[in-house]
Amino acid sequence: MKQTLLDMRSIVKSFSGVRALNGVSIQLDRGEVLSICGENGSGKSTLMKVLSGVWPFGSYEGEIFFEGNLVKASTIRDTEALGIVIIHQELALVKELSVMENIFLGNEIGSFARLNDEEMHRRTSELLARVKLDVLPDTPIRDLGVGQQQLVEIAKALNKNVKLLILDEPTSSLTTTEIDILLNIVSELKQQGIACIYISHKLDEVLALSDWVTVIRDGDHIDTKAAAQLTQNDIISMMVGRELDELFPREEHDIGEVVLRVKHATAKQAGATRAQVEDVSFELRQGEILGIAGLIGSGRTELMQCLYGSYDGDYEAEIELEGQTVNIRSQRVALEAGIAMVPEDRKRHGIVPIMSVGRNITLSVLGKYSSWFGAVNEDKESNDIDDYIEQLKVKTASADLSIKNLSGGNQQKAIIAKCLLTHPKILILDEPTRGIDVGAKYEIYKLMFALVKQGMSIIMVSSELSEVIGISDRVLVMHEGRLKGQFDYQGLTQEMIMNCAIKEGVANV
Amino acid sequence: MFKTIKTSQLQLFAMLAAMLLIVVFFSIATDGAFISPRNISNLIRQTAIVGVLAIGMVFVIISAEIDLSVGSMMGLLGGIAAILDVWFNFPILLTVLVTVVAGLVLGLFNGWWVAYQRVPSFIVTLAGMLAFRGILVGLTDGATVAPTSSSLAIIGQSYIPSGWGISVVGLLCLGLVAKVYARRKARKQHGVENKAAKFEYAKAFVAVVVLLVLLYALESYRGIPTPILIMGGLILIATYVAKRTAFGRRVYAIGGNIEATRMSGVNVERTKMLVFGFNGMMVAVAALILTSRLGAGSPAAGNMAELDAIAACVIGGTSLAGGVGAVFGAIMGALIMASLDNGMSMLDVPTFWQLIVKGMILLFAVWLDVKTKKAQ
Repeated sequence: MKQTLLDMRSIVKSFSGVRALNGVSIQLDRGEVLSICGENGSGKSTLMKVLSGVWPFGSYEGEIFFEGNLVKASTIRDTEALGIVIIHQELALVKELSVMENIFLGNEIGSFARLNDEEMHRRTSELLARVKLDVLPDTPIRDLGVGQQQLVEIAKALNKNVKLLILDEPTSSLTTTEIDILLNIVSELKQQGIACIYISHKLDEVLALSDWVTVIRDGDHIDTKAAAQLTQNDIISMMVGRELDELFPREEHDIGEVVLRVKHATAKQAGATRAQVEDVSFELRQGEILGIAGLIGSGRTELMQCLYGSYDGDYEAEIELEGQTVNIRSQRVALEAGIAMVPEDRKRHGIVPIMSVGRNITLSVLGKYSSWFGAVNEDKESNDIDDYIEQLKVKTASADLSIKNLSGGNQQKAIIAKCLLTHPKILILDEPTRGIDVGAKYEIYKLMFALVKQGMSIIMVSSELSEVIGISDRVLVMHEGRLKGQFDYQGLTQEMIMNCAIKEGVANV
Repeated sequence: MFKTIKTSQLQLFAMLAAMLLIVVFFSIATDGAFISPRNISNLIRQTAIVGVLAIGMVFVIISAEIDLSVGSMMGLLGGIAAILDVWFNFPILLTVLVTVVAGLVLGLFNGWWVAYQRVPSFIVTLAGMLAFRGILVGLTDGATVAPTSSSLAIIGQSYIPSGWGISVVGLLCLGLVAKVYARRKARKQHGVENKAAKFEYAKAFVAVVVLLVLLYALESYRGIPTPILIMGGLILIATYVAKRTAFGRRVYAIGGNIEATRMSGVNVERTKMLVFGFNGMMVAVAALILTSRLGAGSPAAGNMAELDAIAACVIGGTSLAGGVGAVFGAIMGALIMASLDNGMSMLDVPTFWQLIVKGMILLFAVWLDVKTKKAQ
């Protein structure tokens, strides 16, 4: 009989009485890929933390066998020694060090007094060849893109003699090309006998890559099925426990006059030779959802930062809002003018993690409840908070709970609530659904349509092409800082956007 | 909500327990001399200066910055007050006004470099620590400026006449009870009868008892010392600013995540500069108390006081990473430090031992904090 590589048997993990995992079992053979799907907060990460030793042996019920032996890990180091390596969504590389130094960090070859650089150099080149990453071992990590960094992480894992590789949302910030490269690498590792656990919200990848798909919902093991027998809709209905009518709930809405006119937007980092945004002009109409697509690095986010006054280099743009020229030099000016933005990086730019949900929601409009040194009118404040929590269906036990305890989707809703409280005319959403589960995504789409029906205008930047097509009325495509194409959503396909976003050539504006 | 209340409750209990332990220990060791009315009066008068410094410092630390210049700044401002008083015979009110404005200006100067010029506060205030001391020595020629006038002595040396003191404390107690009652009513209106309410009653009850006992002790010596009344007033104002105002809320937000706060349209630069300005004013008040108590402006005054202020904040549960802290905690921290000083001096513990013990207590307090946070 073939020996199972990994066998997790009825894992139960509770946090102060609440069961986060309720008897989840998974098995995996060498050279197999298992995907774990579930909404955020369903218990996926907890399961991986149990497996990788973050939660030590004894803090959970159930047993884990790896290569037939009972795992009694007390730290991540123990499981790494066994050959279980987890690569997190947030990469753990030291930006200032080189590729080689990162790969061998903590496992340096050589004596304490003198490192064997030649050997490490040679091994690094081998590893980089295995992950098909064409950079020199001495390249500093900060010069690499996110996708390349991901490959370095995998190379680092390979160096540790990995037998089971866990990838936690590896593609959420990658472009389509980068994703293809990553998926190819995983398939190749598979052929070399390395098993892989793959966690992703992107179901097309899940189906393309895996042998098995396990679905977890609210800590319960719903089912494990062969990927070949499943469709995306099957997985979604298993995840949410109900049938979703459709992924993108498009609703009819009226589009009015032009509210925003942007002319000749140009943005450049101090001292840089190439502009990140170059001479971009576009219009936005009232009640319109304008999608902005393009590869990462195409200048999408930077263009939005120019509109919101948060770009950190030199920028210029003629911006006309409802016929009035506005000069947006800071976020404050933007908010006063009626432009609000939900930033791309939720953790860094969105939330104040230790503050409560309520206080995060009212952070932009505190002045409404008091002047600088007057007492904040807390009755009025909590009325607003309760209102918006209810309207946006932010799932939280209380408005006084720290926002860091909420799932990504609910944090995102709270940030949107913060923006809406400023009563903006224009709402900019930069990657509004990244890393958010299907249910919350659906609710955010619903909300977007409700807002445009009330006359608000929305600009949405997104890497998910299906989302761009499914939600927008009109789509702009950017390429290397320039506006390269403009499409109506009707008849638009993902291929059309990709062609425009990748290929050099005449602009289609 | 449950979690946050639990930690802050735990911290409060830990601090009260530590305080109680210190009081019991020194009372036994000194045969009760530690809790004699005279010593209690002395002890809390000693707390006043570090306490006032800690009130300003706690805002700086909550906003995730640091101010190393407060010791030298206190020396300089105290020197200015002494010079105005001794050399120029300024009336007391004018001396106070000029000193406080000077404190505000120095604080804003620090804050401008930190907030608008983006120089790390550690460096800006380290520079200030050197430069302010230098200015002080230059102004005074390295000599003590003395003797200060009898009117300046009121600030640091006088006592509030008995009738006034009793009414002030009485009003405080009434205010406290009224506040708790109003909160309860508001809660009922919102329909959230809260488990924390009981805790709040207990807190108010303990506060009233402590205030009355202190009042009794102080009245049976010479009455309420003026610097303590000043500190008390500043505690109330600063707590209000931290907990109730938009400014206070923004300071916590900046310490919690400055980028997200900026993205929310908050003017983080101005807020930060104001934090340093406020700190400067607190330093000025502390400087006035110090000069008044010493009866002189000394070129060495306030040496290393910044470390006491920082230690008080940290022992009081303020996180150097920013976003967490409270005025009341910082005052408790200052009181704990002052009690150790006072008690050990009474026991004739050699100075070197006092330094070692204080150092260890600081280390232990922060270690305990790290441990309890990790356990969550």
